[in-house]
Amino acid sequence: MDLVLPGLGLTFWMLLVFGLLMFLLKKFAWKPILTALHEREHSIDEALKSAEVAREQMAKLNSDNEALHKQAREERDQILKEAKEMKNEIIAEAKKSAEEEGKRMIQRATEEINKQKQNAIAELKGQVATLSVNIAEKLISNQLSNNAEQQAIIASQVNNLNNNQQAIA
Amino acid sequence: MPENKGLLILSKLQLFVLISVFTLFSPVFSFANEPVSEHKTEVKADTTAAHENHEISATEHSAAGHGEQHGEAVEAFNPGKMILDHVKDAHDWHILDYNGHPVGVPLPIILYDNGLHVFSSAKFEHGHAVVEIKGNFYKLHDGHIYKTDAAGTIEIGEKKAVMNAKPMDFSITKNVLALFIGAALMLFIFLSVAKAYKTRGKAAPKGLQSLVEPLIVFLRDEVIKPSVGKHYARFLPLLLSIFFFIFINNLMGLIPIFPFGANLTGNIAVTMILALIVFVVVNFSGNKHYWKHIFMPDVPVGLWILLIPIEIIGVVLKPFVLMLRLFANITAGHIIILGFFSLIFIFGQKSVGAGLGASVLSVAFTLFMSVLELLVAFLQAYVFTLLTSLYIGSATEEHHHAEDHH
Repeated sequence: MDLVLPGLGLTFWMLLVFGLLMFLLKKFAWKPILTALHEREHSIDEALKSAEVAREQMAKLNSDNEALHKQAREERDQILKEAKEMKNEIIAEAKKSAEEEGKRMIQRATEEINKQKQNAIAELKGQVATLSVNIAEKLISNQLSNNAEQQAIIASQVNNLNNNQQAIA
Repeated sequence: MPENKGLLILSKLQLFVLISVFTLFSPVFSFANEPVSEHKTEVKADTTAAHENHEISATEHSAAGHGEQHGEAVEAFNPGKMILDHVKDAHDWHILDYNGHPVGVPLPIILYDNGLHVFSSAKFEHGHAVVEIKGNFYKLHDGHIYKTDAAGTIEIGEKKAVMNAKPMDFSITKNVLALFIGAALMLFIFLSVAKAYKTRGKAAPKGLQSLVEPLIVFLRDEVIKPSVGKHYARFLPLLLSIFFFIFINNLMGLIPIFPFGANLTGNIAVTMILALIVFVVVNFSGNKHYWKHIFMPDVPVGLWILLIPIEIIGVVLKPFVLMLRLFANITAGHIIILGFFSLIFIFGQKSVGAGLGASVLSVAFTLFMSVLELLVAFLQAYVFTLLTSLYIGSATEEHHHAEDHH
């Protein structure tokens, strides 16, 4: 029966000690502990949140970078393409002008050649005329002395003439 | 949530460490305690040399003018008496018997009987001597102090009730000393932890701090916050104090050597005060919905006559059950462990061999029970705190039915 009957002394001391204990713990232990825990949790929360924000900013920055990269690449491609086109154009133009120049030179050369030919023909014609006159002079002077010889001279002269003409032609 | 889970795992880990430490040490303590705490049996079971001691002690007892009751106790081992003596409060802290003489720590006796009387419990000589203080005579009989005449006569009335008058006894008994030690330990732990929080600021917990913090966070987030509701912060100091008081004193009660091992949380006076505090707090924090629920329940008026008494009984019954549950669980744990040890001496009375054989089993069972008691130590503290939180929660919650009607 003693077991289930609260003793006066222990009841009194329990009330006193537990009351005091609770007061002291509340004031000097639970308050600082719970406040510190709360503050720490709060700061961890804040840190997590700011980390999240930083992560988002990082992601945004990354995507910005990506876009910049892409743009730069496109620009480079564009420039390269333009350069290539320009190169092709220049080459084509150079080719064209070179061709034209060549043609013009050939034409000029042909013209020159023709002119020289004309000149040569004209000169030849003059010489032939002089020669003919000379021959004729000689013929006329020879005819007067010898008839047979006259015939031979004429024949050789004509032969000469033919040969000359063939060479000219 | 994952943070809480992590902390919970941590607390489980630390509990595991605690359990393993106790498991390692409990047999050592048990062995240290067992042969000495019940010398009476050893006297009976041991050799003739011990038997002579027994004879000497018996003669000494009779020389001290002692009654036949004590003589009987020496004759045969009485497990019931031994267990009850260990489980109950006492005026001195009995550690062991040596050569038939009890060895223990005498404690101060404080009596209020027309003035305050303070003296050492050693003066009672374990109930053999009558103490005279300022013309009053006191005698220790069955763990209680009675007023007697100069010869120390104890009048036994019907049903073995003692008829002598009892002075008001505010003695520092075994349990009171254990209470002081427990309170001092709690103050030491939590004040140093509080200091650690102050000096370390928001840094990660360290040492004692990391042992206590998971428990505090677990109680706050998993027990108190969900049970009490939005006003939980106001009740945190009380509930944490109650939890750690029960838990620490439960654990201390499991260490079987002075200055621990007192059955403090298994004492009805201690659990009664705890339950009383819960009763007062619950009813003083009860809002109008709480009182309306008791005195004007949501049932037809005709049923009020039936329901109001039930509700009022419920108000008292809740803390009453808290008191009984803690008392019964902890006392039962102590009784079972002591019971297993008694087996050694019961068998030892038949033969030494049987006693040795029984001791193997007994130690194994005690080891098992000690581990189980570690679980119970936590569980009972947890259950007491959880139920208190629920009672406070139901007393302070805003009534949803009433809100629906508005």
